[in-house]
Amino acid sequence: MPATRAISEGLFVSAGDGPRLLAARCVACGKLSFPAAPVCPYCGADGARETRVGPAGRLYLYTAVLSRPPGYRGEVPYGFGVVELEGGLRVIARLTESRLERLRPGLALSLVVEPLFTDDDGTAVLSYAFRPEEA
Amino acid sequence: MRPVYVAGVGLHPFGRFAEKSLTALGMHAVREALADARVGRGAFRAAFCGTVYGGVAAGHKVLTALGLAGVPIVNVEAGCASGGAALALGAAAVASGRHDCVLVFGLEKMPRGIIRSSFFEPWREEAGLAATPAYFALRAQRLMRESDVRLEDLARVSATNHRHGVANPHAMYRKALSVEEILASPVVCEPLRLLMLCAPNEGAAAVVLSARPTPVRVAAAALRSHHAGSVLGEHTPLSGLADDGVPTPTEMAAADAWAEAGLGPADLHVVELQDTDAARAILSAEELGLCAKRAGGRWVRDGGGEMSSRLPVNPSGGLLSKGEPLGASALGQVVELTWQLRGAAGPRQVPGARVALAHTVGRGANACVVILTR
Repeated sequence: MPATRAISEGLFVSAGDGPRLLAARCVACGKLSFPAAPVCPYCGADGARETRVGPAGRLYLYTAVLSRPPGYRGEVPYGFGVVELEGGLRVIARLTESRLERLRPGLALSLVVEPLFTDDDGTAVLSYAFRPEEA
Repeated sequence: MRPVYVAGVGLHPFGRFAEKSLTALGMHAVREALADARVGRGAFRAAFCGTVYGGVAAGHKVLTALGLAGVPIVNVEAGCASGGAALALGAAAVASGRHDCVLVFGLEKMPRGIIRSSFFEPWREEAGLAATPAYFALRAQRLMRESDVRLEDLARVSATNHRHGVANPHAMYRKALSVEEILASPVVCEPLRLLMLCAPNEGAAAVVLSARPTPVRVAAAALRSHHAGSVLGEHTPLSGLADDGVPTPTEMAAADAWAEAGLGPADLHVVELQDTDAARAILSAEELGLCAKRAGGRWVRDGGGEMSSRLPVNPSGGLLSKGEPLGASALGQVVELTWQLRGAAGPRQVPGARVALAHTVGRGANACVVILTR
């Protein structure tokens, strides 16, 4: 069983009924932000509460990335978009689908956590993405 | 506060200059600006240098090489608005009475290809989130969804800028392109085609500001950075992408500039605006009030911004023709507009231009709006 690691700590967790993103809800203004940060980027209040969001989302904006951006270690092409989650949170995310004819505004998506690339020592690196629910 | 004037301008053409150092590009622009201003060596009492990728002490190296060190030198980084930010600082230093004359310059040698930016943490790069053209594409998609801007309109904006650029000897690309050629160029990120995007490149520009009256006055130099919450919830760097109900940096900077100058969009005779991509050019026009919100498609189809229109936009050819050396691009606009107001812009002269606006916006997010009058 090869080892795995998350691409960065504190972004996502896997639960029995699917993965979740680790967002923060500000205790003062109530706004959600992702990734969770100790200080609210909207109002500056301390003490945001960790809130798990997902796995369901809806596609807002999308395109396909055809050539490898700097530092990217996964496969190209890949889908790239803004996904709306519960509570009005919009996140930029990789999409598992890069064929634009299979994407449309409002498309139902679900969060997935999957290996994106493999480190030199064979460790599979997990990242999050959104996958269309319909085939 | 006292009035601030443009005493001199200098420009190193924008392009690729493998044989020249960054310092050499800056030296060229600074010498030209000082000669144009006809002020003696050391007339300026402070220097402000815009650069993003120039590294440590980029401005100091230029003035050291010219034997002009000894005054306070500040290097300024504000993304694509870096040169505008340097100008805003310099203008404030003169307006306040702190200095009678300052030097403002900007310089850049951009890396090739998609630009790597320390803005993105390593995990975001590894995860594919540092795909800058994709952010432009998402913003373009939103523009097209929320208004009647069509793909052909994006191509026409690019064609207009390239047609203007033919007359600019300082531009990198001086070839007229048809709407059809632009539409047929390779897709970078849908909906944006290669010929709808500007190329990062190299160049330098310099401006001498003075309290001594000259024909060209800096009527406003406003810099604004993004509003809290005007970036994505994910904290992604480009404002205006998916936020609602918060003003963009351009709208805020423009409002400040109109107030400072006591002018409005109807007073303008010529504009140089940020056209990193064709959709950004339309958004810039809307956000600056050159046309109504969500009327950018109609504006393009009616010939808005073309040299024959009421308000020519980017007579220099814009960044689409010149390319974008981040630290220099805003000051390149100011140089162009100074020539326009002096009636010295040659074949790309806008007849009788007396009120001009320069606009840059980019990563951070930062926007700068400069208004020049004569």
